[in-house]
Amino acid sequence: MIALGLEGSANKLGVGLIKHTPGQPAEILSNIRHTFVSPPGEGFLPKDTAKHHRSWVVPLIKRALKESGTRVQDIDCICYTKGPGMGAPLQSVAIAARTLSLLWGKPLVGVNHCVGHIEMGREITGADNPVVLYVSGGNTQVIAYAEQRYRIFGEALDIAVGNCLDRFARTLHIPNDPAPGYNIEQLAKRGQHLLDLPYTVKGMDCSFSGILAVVDSLATQLLTSHPKPLLTPSGEPVTKEDLCFSLQETVFAMLVEITERAMAHVGSSQVLVVGGVGCNERLQEMMGLMAAQRGGSVFATDERFCIDNGIMIAHAGLLAYGEGERTPLEGSTCTQRFRTDEVLVRWRK
Amino acid sequence: MTAPPPDPSDATPKTLISQGAEALVYRTTFLVPTLPALLKHRPRKTYRHPTLDARLTKHRVLSEARLLVRARGLGIPVPAVYFVDEANGSIFMEWIDGSSVRQVLDAILASPGGEGKVDAMMVRVGEAVGRLHKADIVHGDLTTSNLMVRKVGGVEEQEGGAGEVVLIDFGLGQVSTQEEDKAVDLYVLERAFSSTHPKAEKLFEDVLSAYGRSWKGGKTVLRRLQDVRMRGRKRSMLG
Repeated sequence: MIALGLEGSANKLGVGLIKHTPGQPAEILSNIRHTFVSPPGEGFLPKDTAKHHRSWVVPLIKRALKESGTRVQDIDCICYTKGPGMGAPLQSVAIAARTLSLLWGKPLVGVNHCVGHIEMGREITGADNPVVLYVSGGNTQVIAYAEQRYRIFGEALDIAVGNCLDRFARTLHIPNDPAPGYNIEQLAKRGQHLLDLPYTVKGMDCSFSGILAVVDSLATQLLTSHPKPLLTPSGEPVTKEDLCFSLQETVFAMLVEITERAMAHVGSSQVLVVGGVGCNERLQEMMGLMAAQRGGSVFATDERFCIDNGIMIAHAGLLAYGEGERTPLEGSTCTQRFRTDEVLVRWRK
Repeated sequence: MTAPPPDPSDATPKTLISQGAEALVYRTTFLVPTLPALLKHRPRKTYRHPTLDARLTKHRVLSEARLLVRARGLGIPVPAVYFVDEANGSIFMEWIDGSSVRQVLDAILASPGGEGKVDAMMVRVGEAVGRLHKADIVHGDLTTSNLMVRKVGGVEEQEGGAGEVVLIDFGLGQVSTQEEDKAVDLYVLERAFSSTHPKAEKLFEDVLSAYGRSWKGGKTVLRRLQDVRMRGRKRSMLG
């Protein structure tokens, strides 16, 4: 079985082709992506992002088919992101999926974006039943599987961790190319001083808006030296790098802590990190140290699968398709709010 | 007069009973071999920056000990504190003989028709949290693993038994008079309930109604809980 996957819930447009053969690992035929990059100091707006997706979706699908040598008649179903995500970009990709479904006469499968990330991570890493930390620009969730659903044990109570990083990058005018989080990671490697930032963990939940407010005001003070230059408690000048370092160390420690708490709670020693923030190597390293202390291991993937992509939608969609799931044309809507635990996971036994 | 500090190198036998998220929990004895005690040790977290780690560990050990002492003084069912070594990250406290609400729930719900048997325990959970909140103490990490049921006369909690519900693990606790904090406390418990005991979700209603009855501000906090639920991210628009 072959599925075409279309993903466009945020600023990445992803197209993927995947092949499932019973009893064998999934075969990736094509996995390509085009990212809408906004200028430094600005985020991506829904209207512009949707426009980007509309203009790129046809060339990307054509390229995926051509590169992989897949013929249209070999495709079994068309999978698209039903949600969660930004409304306008989701709609533009859903329209593309519906058009292809009618044009080629193929069934549609609507996919939950978060479930896509989890299933792709499991497939690539071979993690069997891990606690999942899903961290991206729009989502921060600690998830574990129980009774046919991915249950959310902990999550961000306000903004997502990636959103916190992205917005801090805007304040500091750090470029959005290739990704603000990546650029923060590079700067943080040269950070020396750890500044005190709030640390807000509530059980298995956490909160980032207060940290963002504090680090943003420090960044403003750093840029303007108003009312006075920003110094460490020992009197040395604070640099951009120090701020990136402090922010990363604080928020990642929080993420590792809530993940560890969920692991202790469900009694698991495996952890899988997915989502765009999951390709941060410092986060992977910290998670690895934690898992080792618990006698377990960490599973993570690289940017091809961590960052939003079409292949994960194709993969999760095809798993559901294999269990007989179809999304009728009149039901092929998309939604900004679509919780991970709403999906009945039929394919796991 | 103060008790002599226990010598860390002494030969008191320690048995590791659980590795929680941040602490190793041992069963040991305190001062005399006949007094069973629980040692909660927070080892250094290698993943955290040393400065941040030291700040968090010290804060949590001290705040946990202070909250336990405060709660105990007000007659709220919590373990008694025997000794605190904040530099080393350890607390010695009373050994509670019993099992967690989580274990009791799992055991009872596994038997057919078990749901009717836990109502009384749910009421006692609600009342215990109510008493804590009445004293302006917010737990910060309420889960069914952090609630113990004391054995009565050496017998495990069975159907509608009378074992006292004891609150443990105050590492993330704080003193707060705000309804918001108390409502978040209940929200955390609710979520722990629905994710750990999917089959027992409706039992949580009993916890909340008992909570509402247990102290004067209870009703107000429950109203606030409605707001907190609506605020959770990516809530379904359907319900």
